[in-house]
Amino acid sequence: MPTALKILIAGGFGVGKTTMVGSVSEVAPLLTEERITEASLGVDDLAGVEDKSATTVAMDFGRITIAPELVLYLFGTPGQDRFWFMWDDLATGALGAVVLADTRRLENSFASIDFFEERRIPFTVGVNCFHGRCDSSAEQVRAALDLDQDTPVVLCDVRDRESSKDVLLALLETARARVAASLASSDSA
Amino acid sequence: MPESRRRDGTETGRYLRPYAITGGRTSHNQHAFALLTLVVARSADEVPPGHLQPEAVQILDLCRHRAVAVAEIAARLDQPVNVIKVLCGDLLDAELILVQAPPRQEDQPSLEMIEKVIDGIRQL
Repeated sequence: MPTALKILIAGGFGVGKTTMVGSVSEVAPLLTEERITEASLGVDDLAGVEDKSATTVAMDFGRITIAPELVLYLFGTPGQDRFWFMWDDLATGALGAVVLADTRRLENSFASIDFFEERRIPFTVGVNCFHGRCDSSAEQVRAALDLDQDTPVVLCDVRDRESSKDVLLALLETARARVAASLASSDSA
Repeated sequence: MPESRRRDGTETGRYLRPYAITGGRTSHNQHAFALLTLVVARSADEVPPGHLQPEAVQILDLCRHRAVAVAEIAARLDQPVNVIKVLCGDLLDAELILVQAPPRQEDQPSLEMIEKVIDGIRQL
């Protein structure tokens, strides 16, 4: 049986998550949804589908077949609300995450950044330069978001496959470095 | 891809009918599936008709030649993820599918696996 891996594409509403998924996916972005409840934090059990505290969370995703035995799914997190943070199944076991940011609305990416930092999920910030123009440098964005030095900030145009690939590669290098560092520290211990 | 789906999720009434497919169950009592659990049909042969619900047959058709994640099955069949999880639980009980759970939070990916993904992305 093959293994499936996932990378999350997070960020505020309208920042280009679906566009990024579509620019690298081998299939047109797929849409699915799940009902989650506040009471079922991390518990995969929904008692009563009419529960008023339940909410519907929809997300886009795409697929990249890396090898016959390795499939990568890219999940665009739901953009309009922050309920997806309660959707443990979505974040659990992710290889890493891309947080897409728009320099005009940087605050929309704060929640996602906090989430991945708290969970120690490797992430990269992709600054989507709409129409190819960016009014900030990567360093300015890094300072504004108060990011660690090991979190890459990549200026990108998510409509462009090569540009989206660069963001994913920056993330994967971060994930690789983190695994290598943890292996090195367990060797020396 | 079906276009009937409202992207803002406001169409709440549609939830009542999908759960009729599962006999009202919103989760399977024995098996837990993740969004990324891969499903593949055990047999390349078609299941005799009349034996299974149409939606279960659709799942087997989709997973006959390739392992497909639960999330993708849900999207392609235009059903909520929970419904697909219940149906896959039934198919697993009937020994009609094989499943592979995804890595868990505590399973650190291997360097080899990450490097394979890096090579794969570069070659896109």
